[in-house]
Amino acid sequence: MTETQTTFDELAEPGFGDFVQLLKPRVMSLVVFTALVGLVVAPVHLYPVAGFSAVLFIALGAGASGALNMWWDADIDAVMRRTANRPVPSGRIQPGEALGLGLALSGISVVMLWLATNAVAAGLLAFTIFFYAVVYSMWLKRSTPQNIVIGGAAGAFPPMIGWAAATGSVALPAVLMFALIFMWTPPHFWALALFMKDDYSKAGVPMLTVTHGRRVTRAYILIYTVLLMPVALAVGFTPIGGPVYLGVAVLLNLWFLIGAVRIIRRDEVQAEADKYAVEKAFFRFSLLYLFLHFGALLVEAGLHGMGQGAW
Amino acid sequence: MNFEPEHEIHKRRFSRNLGVGLALGAFVMLTFFLTVEKVTRGDPMHAIRGEGAVVQPDSAP
Repeated sequence: MTETQTTFDELAEPGFGDFVQLLKPRVMSLVVFTALVGLVVAPVHLYPVAGFSAVLFIALGAGASGALNMWWDADIDAVMRRTANRPVPSGRIQPGEALGLGLALSGISVVMLWLATNAVAAGLLAFTIFFYAVVYSMWLKRSTPQNIVIGGAAGAFPPMIGWAAATGSVALPAVLMFALIFMWTPPHFWALALFMKDDYSKAGVPMLTVTHGRRVTRAYILIYTVLLMPVALAVGFTPIGGPVYLGVAVLLNLWFLIGAVRIIRRDEVQAEADKYAVEKAFFRFSLLYLFLHFGALLVEAGLHGMGQGAW
Repeated sequence: MNFEPEHEIHKRRFSRNLGVGLALGAFVMLTFFLTVEKVTRGDPMHAIRGEGAVVQPDSAP
């Protein structure tokens, strides 16, 4: 066989892993965890296979909205260093394939969540997919510096869907879990935007760093961190909270606040000098912050199950 | 017998086919077990013993 015969367009031949990448597996891992917590802390418990199915299809719905986002945002992703190697902008997957996969998985995940659990959970999942793909990706992301603030709702729904899957309704603890992720999202992404310096401006995405400057972004990180604190602490006083959660939340929020104060006290010269060490540390800690809050809720659920921990 | 070395294109196609096959198989298994769980209301042994579906009190004639 000659060299000419074996030549093929490598980019047009995606492997299975490329389709998995399309579903944003790292975001899915956060969705799986928070949805699982929402499901476990709910006062009603599902049978094991139904519970497993609920988490699986919530994650699949999140993956579907990720695929739709990558289809729509391929032009932006191609310009940004952080996203240029994604399957669509790199040419490994055709845009139409991403759209088809996103739509198919959206339908499958919503219908299967309905069959496995109930219509409320399925309706919330459908709304989440719509919100992320249409409201955030197609509208907010390119039109307003508040894109992250409002768009953060899409990532905040999973624990509420998990709760709804178990109970068939939405209650105060579910709303507060939603609010916790919703308020956490802006400081998390604005810290990223501070050290991903030119990506967003090159792509023409009106991130706060681009439209209002870095000084204002630093101030907004502090404001939202302060607004986040009462929400995080309030969860501790609901039936899903308890002393363990509250203790963890107090420590985490104090540490988060210290990080936000350190960010606002710096300017770009200082940040450039240490290659955005403080901003990067704040961003990394924000991931731990969310993980530990929801982890503490799991611990409380375990304690409540043993008749301890509740107020 | 002389086998041609496997080309990259075949590896990628195989990974796609294997991935889709495993995903479909897992979906079928999940649907089956979900159905069993729903029909038996969390007590599969009930069905295995051949006692049929569990009738909900409010749906009984």
